[in-house]
Amino acid sequence: MKKYILILMAIFASKAVLASEINSKLQLEQAIKANHGKVIYLDFWASWCGPCRKSFPWMNKMQNKFKNQGFTVISVNLDAKKELAEKFLVENPAEFTVIYDAKGLTARHFKIQGMPSSMLIDRYGEVKVAHSGFFTKKVPQYEEEIQQLINTK
Amino acid sequence: MENLFTTVTINKVKKTLLKSSAGVVMLILVSGCANLGVEPWERDLLAKKEMALTSSPIDAALDDHIYFSKEASSGGKSFGGGGCGCN
Repeated sequence: MKKYILILMAIFASKAVLASEINSKLQLEQAIKANHGKVIYLDFWASWCGPCRKSFPWMNKMQNKFKNQGFTVISVNLDAKKELAEKFLVENPAEFTVIYDAKGLTARHFKIQGMPSSMLIDRYGEVKVAHSGFFTKKVPQYEEEIQQLINTK
Repeated sequence: MENLFTTVTINKVKKTLLKSSAGVVMLILVSGCANLGVEPWERDLLAKKEMALTSSPIDAALDDHIYFSKEASSGGKSFGGGGCGCN
């Protein structure tokens, strides 16, 4: 009897894990699909990461500056606890999509090397540029890369 | 004759038991390292202030410099050099 209960528990646990995996990955996939044809700045962040905090005002600025030219920012939060992410978002409001991935499945999928990490996806859905970290010095370069991808149609 | 036979089979059983238990131990040891380190996005606890190697980096750097230049000690840290006090 005990054995059966254990087996049942294991099955339920694995199903729960599977469901959450499908969710965060699917959510990201759907968000990218919904913005197909646009240049997408995909950003991975967490509340405990300092440079992420710095990048938020800039990402808001980019979103507002280029959104009418076929550009959008999609961000993935990798906090283990969603409450921490929500607190961060109160302090640093985001004017773009935020997807929650507490288990880091999307990060594992993209083999993220550092925090924050960003990827620039062109209008055809191809990753053109990838950055690890956010450096204030490189901000003009980041913007230029976005501008360049927007201009190539 | 029969006695000898049983001792032989008992020895065989013992051997196979030992082998299988060794196998189990090996399996546990190998799978124990399945998770090596913390992924970059899992560093939330390590990023906390109380997890830093030193509570005040400036203080530590000054101490370091004093040891380096006054006590002729060098090496083991991020720099080499003598104790002439000229650095």
